[in-house]
Amino acid sequence: MTNVKTSPSSSSSTPPPTAAQASIGRSALSKVMRSREVPVASALIVLVVVTTAVNPLFLTPQGVKDLLLNATIVIILAVGQALVIITRNVDLSVGSMLGLTAYLTGTLFADIPGIPIAVVFLAGMLLGGALGALNGLLVTIAKVPALVITLGTLYIYRGVNNAWAGGTQYFAGDRPRGFSNLSTQTVVGFPLITLLAVVVVIGVAIVLAYTRTGRDLYAIGSDPEAARLFGIPVTRRVLGAFIASGILAGLAGVLYASRYNAVGATTGTGLELDVVAAAVVGGVAIFGGSGTVVGAAIGALLLTTITSALTALRVDKFWQQAIVGVLILSAITIDRIVSLYRARQLRMSEARDV
Amino acid sequence: MSEPTTSEPTTIDRDREPASGTPATTAVARPVRARPRWTRLVLSRDAGVFYALVAVIIYAYTQVPYFASTQTVGFLLLDIIPILLIAMPMALVIITGEIDLSVASTVGLTSAIMGVLFAAGVPIALVFVICLALGIVLGAFNGLLVTVLGLPSLAVTIGTLALYRGFALVVIGDNAIANFPPELTSFATSKIGATGIPVVMVVVLAVAVFFGVLLHLTPFGRSLFALGYSTEAASFVGIKVARAKFWLFVSTGFISSLVGIFWTLRYSSARSDNATGIELAVIAAVLLGGVSIFGGKGSIPGVVCGVLLIGTINYTLRLARVSDVVLSIVTGALLVASVITPSIVDWARARTHARRAAAHTPQKAPAS
Repeated sequence: MTNVKTSPSSSSSTPPPTAAQASIGRSALSKVMRSREVPVASALIVLVVVTTAVNPLFLTPQGVKDLLLNATIVIILAVGQALVIITRNVDLSVGSMLGLTAYLTGTLFADIPGIPIAVVFLAGMLLGGALGALNGLLVTIAKVPALVITLGTLYIYRGVNNAWAGGTQYFAGDRPRGFSNLSTQTVVGFPLITLLAVVVVIGVAIVLAYTRTGRDLYAIGSDPEAARLFGIPVTRRVLGAFIASGILAGLAGVLYASRYNAVGATTGTGLELDVVAAAVVGGVAIFGGSGTVVGAAIGALLLTTITSALTALRVDKFWQQAIVGVLILSAITIDRIVSLYRARQLRMSEARDV
Repeated sequence: MSEPTTSEPTTIDRDREPASGTPATTAVARPVRARPRWTRLVLSRDAGVFYALVAVIIYAYTQVPYFASTQTVGFLLLDIIPILLIAMPMALVIITGEIDLSVASTVGLTSAIMGVLFAAGVPIALVFVICLALGIVLGAFNGLLVTVLGLPSLAVTIGTLALYRGFALVVIGDNAIANFPPELTSFATSKIGATGIPVVMVVVLAVAVFFGVLLHLTPFGRSLFALGYSTEAASFVGIKVARAKFWLFVSTGFISSLVGIFWTLRYSSARSDNATGIELAVIAAVLLGGVSIFGGKGSIPGVVCGVLLIGTINYTLRLARVSDVVLSIVTGALLVASVITPSIVDWARARTHARRAAAHTPQKAPAS
C-alpha cells in the first residue's frame, strides 16, 4: 500500500507513462526510485539493450512489432489479474475464459456472415464478464478462497469449451479481413491491438490510482477485516474485480482470435500461470494490497520479450522457462527484502521520535 | 451404518463399524451437548467422501459394462498412483497452510534427469538414488525459500514450477528416452497375482500409512494442525514452525521424484513434459478429500478417498463412453461443490446453534 502510481522512464517498447503524479512533500525522483515498477522496468531495459547490442536486428520495426504483438494478450490478462490479486484473491480461470471467448469469436464469424466486428467484441466481453461474475459470486458468497474456486472453474470452463468445440477449429480464413487487420496494421509502429491494450492499461491504472473504488481494492487487499469495518463494500468490490478480470479475459479472447490463426478446444490452456507470473514479476504482491497494473503490464512484456531475446541471442530456446522461473523467484525475493528494510527503517524512525 | 451406537474412540479408522452399545439419545438432556464420537465419525466430511466413493463404485459395478473386472482395477489404480502418492505429503503441506505447486515439475525434471543419466550409461540403481536425492534437493530449495526468506509458498512454488520444468527442458530438450530395461518397465505395470492390483500399490500403501501415522498419531503430526490454525500460537507453544514446514517441502519433493521414476517406467518414456499439470489434479483431490485450504483441517483417509473418488468417477465415465470432454467439468464441479458444501453446512449449523442457544440460555452468547 505504499505507492501512488508512478511510471518509470520507458523505452520504446514499454507502455507510456501514466497520469502525472501528485508530489506531496517528497521529491519526485526518490518517489520514482521507490516505486515497485523500477526493478522490472530496469530488467526489461537491460534485456532489450543487451540483446540489441549483440543482435542489432532485434529492434527493427518488424522486431518491435512482433514483440508487442506477442505481449498484447498477456498484458491484457495481467491487468485483470493484477486487479484481482490486489484484493488478495487470484483468478486461475483466465486461460479457460480466454479459450471460451476465442472460440465464441470464431463461431460468431463463421455462423453469422457479416456480423459487425464491434458486436463480436461486445459479445466476447459479455461472455467473459458473465464467467468472471460466476467466479466472483462463488468466492464472495461461499467465502471460499479464490484459489480453490477458480481452480474449479478453470476445469469447468475448459470442459464446457471442450464439449462445445469438440474437434472443431476455426481458422483465420473464416474471419473477415478487417478483423485480422487489427493485428497486422500499425499506427506509428504499434499494432492496433497493442494500442488497445495500452488504452486498457492506462484506463485501469487511472481508476486504481485516483478513484475511490480503486483505492478500496488496495484497502481490501491490505486487510479485508479492517476494510469491512471501515465501511468499504468488500463483497461488491471483490465481485467487481472478478467481473473486470472476466471482461478483460473476454477482450483478450477476441484479440486472440484476431492475432492467431486457429481457435479450438484447447486455446489458452496453461496461460494462467504465465499471467500470474507476469503480475508477480511486475511487482504485484501475491498477498494483495500493493502493486500496479503498469507493473503487471511491464512484467508481461518482460516475460514475452525474453522468449524473443533468447532467439535473437541464439540461446537454446529451452532455457526460456527456467529463466522465467528465476525471474519470478528474484521478483518476490527483492520485494521481500525491500519490505523488510522499509519496516526496519520505519521502526528506527519511530524509535527516534519517542 | 446409521444404527445409534457408541464405540471406543477410533482415531483414523473412520469406516469401521462401531460395536453396539447404549443409545446415544441420552445426551439430549445434558447442558453441554457434545455429539457422541460415532455420530461425528459417521456424519464427518471424510465419511461423506467415503459414501460418495462407495456409491460410485456400486453404481459402476452394477450399471457400467466392463467395470467389474480385474483389468479395471489395474488400470484405474495405475492411473491414480501418481496423484495418490503426491497427495499424501501435499495434504500435510496444505494442512499447515502452505501449498506446493511445483510437484508436477519435479516429476518432469526427475524423469528428464533419469532419462539422460540412463542414456549416458549410468547404472540404473545409481540413477534411482540420484533421482531421489534430486527430489530432496528440489523440495529443500522450496522449503528454504519459504522458511528462511519467509516468502509466500504460493508465489515461490509458481516460480519453481517454471524453474524445474525449465531445467527439464534444458536437460533433455525435445528428446524422449525410451529404452529402459524391460524387466523394470514391466515391473511398473505388473499385477499381484490375478487380483489386478498393481505391485506398486504396496509402496503406495506404505507411503499412505506412513503419512497417515505421521499426521494422526505422532506429536509432530498433531503440531501440524496447530500450525495450520495459527502459526503464531504454534510457535508460542514451542512448535518449531520453520523446521516442520521445511521438512514437509522436502517430503513433497522426495515423493514427487519417486513418482517421476514410476511415471518414466510406467510409460517407458523419459520426457521433459511428463506429468505436466498434475499439480492441479493433486490439489483438487486433496481439497475434495476434506483438507481445508485455510490449513488446520484434514485427514489422510479422507484424502485417499478423495483421490479414489475423482479417479473412479473419471474412469467410470470413460468406460460408460462419456466423452473425455465432460471429465474436466466433473472434476471442477466436484471441487467447487466440495468447498461450497461445508460453507453452506457451517452457515446452517451456525443458524440453528444460535437459535437453540437463544431459546435455552438467553444470557449465553453463541459460540461462533
